[in-house]
Amino acid sequence: MGKTLMVSTRKGLFEVNKSRTGWGVSKADFLGDNVTLTLRDPRDGTDYAALNHGHFGIKLHRRDRGKAKWKEITTPVYPKKPETLVDLDGWGKPVNWTTQLIWSLETGGPGQKGALWAGTMPGGLFRSRDRGTTWELMESLWRHPDRNKWLGGGADIPGIHSICVDPRDAKTVRIAVSCGGVWVTKDAGETWSQSAHGMRFDQGPPEQAANPDAQDPHMMVQSPSDPSVFWVQHHCGIWKSVNDGKTWKEVKAKPSSFGFGVVVHPHDPKTAWFVPGIKDEKRITVDGALVVTKTTDGGRTFKSLKKGLPQKHAYDLVFRHGLAIDDTGKCLAMGSTTGNVWVSENGGEAWKEVSSTLPQVYAVRWV
Amino acid sequence: MATVHFTSNLRRHVDSPSVESTGGTVKAVLDGAFAANPRLKTYVLDDQGAVRKHMRVLVDGQAIVDRHNLLDSVAPHSQVWVMQALSGG
Repeated sequence: MGKTLMVSTRKGLFEVNKSRTGWGVSKADFLGDNVTLTLRDPRDGTDYAALNHGHFGIKLHRRDRGKAKWKEITTPVYPKKPETLVDLDGWGKPVNWTTQLIWSLETGGPGQKGALWAGTMPGGLFRSRDRGTTWELMESLWRHPDRNKWLGGGADIPGIHSICVDPRDAKTVRIAVSCGGVWVTKDAGETWSQSAHGMRFDQGPPEQAANPDAQDPHMMVQSPSDPSVFWVQHHCGIWKSVNDGKTWKEVKAKPSSFGFGVVVHPHDPKTAWFVPGIKDEKRITVDGALVVTKTTDGGRTFKSLKKGLPQKHAYDLVFRHGLAIDDTGKCLAMGSTTGNVWVSENGGEAWKEVSSTLPQVYAVRWV
Repeated sequence: MATVHFTSNLRRHVDSPSVESTGGTVKAVLDGAFAANPRLKTYVLDDQGAVRKHMRVLVDGQAIVDRHNLLDSVAPHSQVWVMQALSGG
């Protein structure tokens, strides 16, 4: 059957495959429910799906390898907030110690069987050692005094949307926070430090622009082939690090450097893709034309790819988890806010429409 | 004994039959109702034990006031309804 694309949408989880007649939806789960993210654990073939039931809260489901049925498992839960504790976010609003979104879900290192990481709104990072049966809040980060500087960007509350477990050493984990910069632990979560130096947030007081705690990275990815290289699609542009995130340098793309998602080529740290939009309040495509921007020289130049993508009155926005690349680096996929899904089998040079009638897409992932 | 009823929309996700439970407060009655069905609790209450934002609890037709600690009174034969707001698209 070949590779499968998992498409998480506002009204269900859809699986997309290629058949003799082309790419199409082959299966639907959780129909009618809000599926925000999935994860396939390559170590044991387990699938995970995060749901947001709105009234009934955030839930997590698991599907064992080869099985058809999903089973609800434990959702990361915040501990009881001490009654006397005044816990305010960067806006000065009280923090509700309740999981309000599972915004990132990643596996631990290759040798950490069953280990998972989950990033949430309102900013808690959770770890499981047993395939999501139990979860523990990363207290060292949650109780870090600088966490109270974090604040919501597009959302009302802060959250962790990117988790990069270092392929060289699984004790090293980097996360990106909207809004709160980039944080790194090198001791499996014992200690954490800020790592967004060099980014710039240009929509506040000038003296705060370079403050790493004020940064709004929208998405961060680590190069599998050169793990010292990171790419960030930031609220104010595109940033790249070639030294493990110690420092960051801005690169510029046309028609816009604003966007949400980014993917990096699995075998080439200099090749990365983005989906641009108009900053800021409008958040639509430039000139109503949907394009994907690609660099193959580390961000020095960008090519605008549009073959197969709508170029008139297309107002698709691709959210941060709505762009994916497979492990060959050839197959890309993206899903949009207007329920369109496209696949490219040649590195983004040309795209094929999979569907134009799906619900709003939150995330796509190759499995 | 008080009787606790749950919105029918919950049934798609989790077993939620009406149950009898004893206690002088909403917290005590709900704790009793959830004792045999802990998964149901996570659908109604948040991580801090408060009523979820878009859920409502009514005792004999009156919405409870203390949504955080659930200390509103419940009479021996009260009817407790766990409802939801209907919104969105």
